[in-house]
Amino acid sequence: MSFEQFIFYVLAAIAIISGLMMITVKNPVKAALWLVLAFISTAGLWIMAQAEFLGLVLILVYVGAVMVLFLFVVMMLDINMSILKEGFTRYLPIGALAAVAIFALIYMVVGPDHFGLDKVAAPDMKPAGYSNTTEIAIPLYTEHAYAFILAAVLLLVGIVAAIALTLRRRPTGAVLYQDIDKQNKTLAKDRFEMVKMDAVVEKAVVENEEEDKK
Amino acid sequence: MFDAIQAFLSGFLYDWLAITITLVLQAVAVILPIMLVVAWLTYAERKVIGFMQVRMGPNRVGPLGLLQPIADALKLMTKEVIFPAQSNKYLFIIAPVLAIAPAVAAYAVIPFSDGMVVTDINAGVLYVLAVSSILVYGTIVAGWASNSKYAFLGALRGSAQKISYEIAMGFALVTVLMIAGTMNLTEIVNGQQGGILNWYLLPLLPMFFVYFISGLAETNRTPFDVIEGEAEIVAGFHVDYSGMTFGVFMLAEYAMMILISFMTSIMFLGGWLSPFEGIPGLEALFSWVPQLAWLSIKVAFLLFVFLWLRATFPRYRYDQLMRLGWKVLIPLTIVWVFVVGAMKYFDFGPWFN
Repeated sequence: MSFEQFIFYVLAAIAIISGLMMITVKNPVKAALWLVLAFISTAGLWIMAQAEFLGLVLILVYVGAVMVLFLFVVMMLDINMSILKEGFTRYLPIGALAAVAIFALIYMVVGPDHFGLDKVAAPDMKPAGYSNTTEIAIPLYTEHAYAFILAAVLLLVGIVAAIALTLRRRPTGAVLYQDIDKQNKTLAKDRFEMVKMDAVVEKAVVENEEEDKK
Repeated sequence: MFDAIQAFLSGFLYDWLAITITLVLQAVAVILPIMLVVAWLTYAERKVIGFMQVRMGPNRVGPLGLLQPIADALKLMTKEVIFPAQSNKYLFIIAPVLAIAPAVAAYAVIPFSDGMVVTDINAGVLYVLAVSSILVYGTIVAGWASNSKYAFLGALRGSAQKISYEIAMGFALVTVLMIAGTMNLTEIVNGQQGGILNWYLLPLLPMFFVYFISGLAETNRTPFDVIEGEAEIVAGFHVDYSGMTFGVFMLAEYAMMILISFMTSIMFLGGWLSPFEGIPGLEALFSWVPQLAWLSIKVAFLLFVFLWLRATFPRYRYDQLMRLGWKVLIPLTIVWVFVVGAMKYFDFGPWFN
């Protein structure tokens, strides 16, 4: 067994086990963490397939950002598992049917009939200086530039829509807002006034004391 | 050197076993010095802040207190590790591992001098970004597994903060990549040859500051250490950790500080290159200084800045911190990406070789 094969089987085993754990474990936070492990091992498999850009971006985007936000939400939700599990047996037959149908479809498309070294030639090993990043970047910014920009605009629309849906400006006075720009621009003279006053002369007090002694 | 070891081992071992042993040796050769630096960085931190506050700092263990880190490590290792009731045992133990593993793994692509690097991969910058983005799981998992409100609040603050500043950090690195035209860290350093004026520091001065500030936020250092604000949330995500489990979190934080300093030196300060290159008299005068020493000096200075800032600034308020990240640093970096793009397109400036 070569070293690449050894690493491949380790990563593949981790990916499969963590995928299974993700759908079977009860606690949603743990399920999300298993999914993170599945992502990381899949990224490792992609890097082994000499697609290091895809593998690293998978970690950067999905593990580093998307799953963190997902965990965020899952952690703060108070999920009652017993309510979610209501009607499990009632829907089990339909669910099982759907699962079998999907499995059959996947099997027909990517089953062993279509794969194997006799059907598909082994991919070429790339030379040492091969850069997956450059290989992806050149068609992305030349041939597919239009689709690429379109996808970016779609994402921007998504962001604007999400912000527009959740933005809630209540009238000033109903609720107190902190305007940080205003706070930062505050100078000492806006808050603090120097007042010039004449010194208080305490002559009279001494005379009174002398009168008291008499 | 390691190729020779691997060749020697594969003479009488399985091939995969020989490679594994070589990889482990390489990892130890990098991690051991880093951990020693971490240990004495904690000492330096206490001394520097001590002198800045007109105190002595640690001075009891060994001459000048130099053995203090060893005493600290012994203390942490002999202390009992306490598991809070109702906590999630597995995740509670995994969390410190998740915190330190990425911080150490990122050193695999850091070039310490020309050719002195564990793996010289093409996507080096992307690798460092990807690996340091996993770092946030240590915080989140620790906060959640402790089953404590304070730890949980710290974890939420920390994760939101780290994700926000990662964007500014990524954009700052994009400008470096645009000028260097490569993601290979060794080539980025080699692209800065020719003295201090050819470093990316000057053409990318705003990005240098953005990167370093984001680095401060990424490592949860003052003034961005709201994650462990002891006045509000006791000690944040690691409030329930004791003994060496707590020590591992500290190791991870300092290892990450050193990593950020290394990345800043490599990206903006010319890595292992001498600042006097191209200056007639000085270049010859300093030619005996090894490359590793130049890089170490730059890293040490940046680490000093980390400590200096800690002694100088009070903690940010959380909403101000988020505003700085989203409304100041990110727009600045986006504008600067366009500026650098235009500079590159029109061949403007004397800096681009």
